[in-house]
Amino acid sequence: MSETADRVKKIVVEHLGVEADKVTEDASFIDDLGADSLDIVELVMAFEEEFGVEIPDDAAEKISTVKDAITYIDEHKG
Amino acid sequence: MFDLTGMTALVTGASGGIGSAIARGLAAQGARLALSGSNADKLERFRDELGGEHVALACDLSDAAAVDALVPRAVEALGKLDVLVNNAGVTRDNLAMRMKDDEWDQVIRVNLEAAFRLIRAAAKPMMKARFGRVVSITSVVGQTGNPGQANYAASKAGLVGMSKALAQELASRNITVNCVAPGFIRSAMTGVLPEAQKNALLGRIPAGDLGSGEDIAAAVVYLASREAGYVTGQTLHVNGGMAMV
Repeated sequence: MSETADRVKKIVVEHLGVEADKVTEDASFIDDLGADSLDIVELVMAFEEEFGVEIPDDAAEKISTVKDAITYIDEHKG
Repeated sequence: MFDLTGMTALVTGASGGIGSAIARGLAAQGARLALSGSNADKLERFRDELGGEHVALACDLSDAAAVDALVPRAVEALGKLDVLVNNAGVTRDNLAMRMKDDEWDQVIRVNLEAAFRLIRAAAKPMMKARFGRVVSITSVVGQTGNPGQANYAASKAGLVGMSKALAQELASRNITVNCVAPGFIRSAMTGVLPEAQKNALLGRIPAGDLGSGEDIAAAVVYLASREAGYVTGQTLHVNGGMAMV
């Protein structure tokens, strides 16, 4: 598992208050982890802060699973 | 009660009649303020009068880019943002049939769109902090209408609906979004009314007098306070009884 994945999962666990073993790469934030749309906004803000990346709204809208987030961050972090 | 010590607030239109009263009220309860207004000199003088812990941030609210930059400027100057008071407002009165496009646009842009942009920007630090108070100054005419003010009434009614939507979006993060609706208040805006119209107005106000900036400031202080945390999506009417809604 990549370092990005570890950090992403840690943020998800903290923000959504879910069990770490539920945060698999295929897990959907909304369908599997109980997030609502406002939680997604907050997660994106937290990812931006943690990784120093900017995630524009159109990209943020496409992030629906843990893996989507990890992939986007790996492709865009400096 | 209503102690704002340790809290910070951004107030737009802060050098105007109602705005300066709101700023004084918040500062008197202990808040540190970012004072915004379009007239930099007037704003600086008011800041000097209020005290050195406050900052003056001139901003043209009809300029979208400047509006978008205002909350980040306030957060940088104050270290955080607990309270946003959308007070700035303009009028361009005219009968609808004679109303120019730019009279409509200017009022909607400053009174409604700038408020939206500021709330959108402020929601970010407030969500992170899990605390926020947004208070927008609307008007009794947003509820009752007023001939010659289609643009102004639309902008003020718009603030009420927008605040209700945002109150629902942000309530779970301990951010409240409310409005204060002044009736007729002694200010530059009502100072220009002809005497006959002013007398006619007084006849419609059960309290028999125009309101003061302090009357509005007290309502804003309440909604900005920690104690008002369970009040959201509401409009507090401060109008001497002239409209009961």
